[in-house]
Amino acid sequence: MKDESKLKQLLDGGLFAVTAECGPPKGADPEAILRKAGLLKGKVDAVNVTDNQTAIVRMSSIAACAILRNAGMEPVLQMVVRDRNRIALQSDVLGASALGIRNILCLSGDHQSFGNQPQALGVFDLDSMQFIEAVRGMRDSGTIMGGESLASTPKVFIGAAANPFADPLDFRVVRLAKKIAAGAQFIQTQCIYNMERFKKWISLAEDRGLTEKVYILGGVTPLKSAAMAKYMKNKVAGMDIPDDLLKRMEGIPKERQREEGIRICVETILALKEIKGVKGIHIMAIEWEDAVGEIVERAKLLPRPKVD
Amino acid sequence: MITAEQKPIKEIREMIAPYRKILVLGCGSCVAECAAGGEKETAMLASALRMAAKMNKEEAVIEERTIDRQCVRDFIVQLDGTIESYEAVLSLGCGAGVQAVAEIFSDMPIIPALNTEFLGQTKDQGLWTENCVGCGDCMLYYFGGVCPLARCSKQLMNGPCGGSRDGRCEVDPEIPCAWQLIIDRLNKIGGLERLEKVYPAKDWSRKQGRGPRKIVREDQQR
Repeated sequence: MKDESKLKQLLDGGLFAVTAECGPPKGADPEAILRKAGLLKGKVDAVNVTDNQTAIVRMSSIAACAILRNAGMEPVLQMVVRDRNRIALQSDVLGASALGIRNILCLSGDHQSFGNQPQALGVFDLDSMQFIEAVRGMRDSGTIMGGESLASTPKVFIGAAANPFADPLDFRVVRLAKKIAAGAQFIQTQCIYNMERFKKWISLAEDRGLTEKVYILGGVTPLKSAAMAKYMKNKVAGMDIPDDLLKRMEGIPKERQREEGIRICVETILALKEIKGVKGIHIMAIEWEDAVGEIVERAKLLPRPKVD
Repeated sequence: MITAEQKPIKEIREMIAPYRKILVLGCGSCVAECAAGGEKETAMLASALRMAAKMNKEEAVIEERTIDRQCVRDFIVQLDGTIESYEAVLSLGCGAGVQAVAEIFSDMPIIPALNTEFLGQTKDQGLWTENCVGCGDCMLYYFGGVCPLARCSKQLMNGPCGGSRDGRCEVDPEIPCAWQLIIDRLNKIGGLERLEKVYPAKDWSRKQGRGPRKIVREDQQR
């Protein structure tokens, strides 16, 4: 079963999955990514490695994933369509599979205007949907876009993102259905703070039978402070932080806000575990990887199951 | 139309600095509509350059003229017999105009005074917006008359992305989310089901796959 994604095996086996995000360093030191990911080892089933997130130049996601895999971890390779055309994307999918990377999350990517290279050309030759379809074609039909055959196929579990909090709500579910039709097998959602809206979204997805067709992992991000909550609410694209949550953070003395952030995160995970259509969680502890262990422990998600 | 904006006067002055006799050449078409290079703007720029030359005690003859279209040979050849007396032409045509004039008067320096921007519309007085990327394979039917390549910041053909909020784009709240517009339009004209299927990847060979494009119409040739 060496070719099979461990994440997929776990989800297929009906286990509640735990993934976490790890951002590669702004540098060439392999130890930096190992150090960060090391904090996640044994606490999660797979580690998402972001692809130049917020359009800031970092160590390449493929390289960082390969480093993690060599260290015995299960990486989820995030790939955005912002920086590569279809030739480069397909080539990197083959390369990633050759390196033993078994999970790919296909994304549009944060717009280049947000990062430290705002003069860059945004490629967007494919959109995330078309990219998902291309990866599926390579794996299942053994062909690249346009129909030419591959000598061997990439072995990858295909993921996509969904933002239940963006507009328009009804169309969010249509878009989820399209991603599934294109080939997405698992979904990692945007950070959930507005549980009411998330429940509305997942019930719409359930009505269309989508929660049976795809594994949905609910995204969570522990808040470090009331200031971070406020920043995310007002400045970060696609983020939905309800007023009462912000008030809750603001009502706590500064030195105990981290603790409160973790408490909120654990409460969210416990609530997500109760939702039928949710098959796991995805923890995005931004530059706070050492919080993940405590969160999964308090959410009663330890020990993680062993998969061969 | 093709939209453009005038370059900063400093940049223009640097480019024309070596020349003592200059023709400032306007264009009466698109760039007149977007108030960048029509007769009026040409007169204003020429006068500003004359004044700057005078203040800096530079000896320069700067004259102006506007033709109807700088991108059409029949109009450009009207300059025959007068253009030769100048050392350089400062063109307020779009990029196509500058190059067309340069092609016909091949030993004359033709200097661009404008930055050519995009294919767009005059939305309001003093407001022009981008609508079209000239992809060579119009998809507006499928998207209810709103082009996602020109108007979605990420050129998504299967949008909207997770950054669409209250009908605005995550890149800049000043930008309307093209996908919200597409959904609203298709909803009104009863075409929402067009968005249920995955729209396939764009065939960019129609735009740039074979190098610079041309249109050949034998029925139009003399």
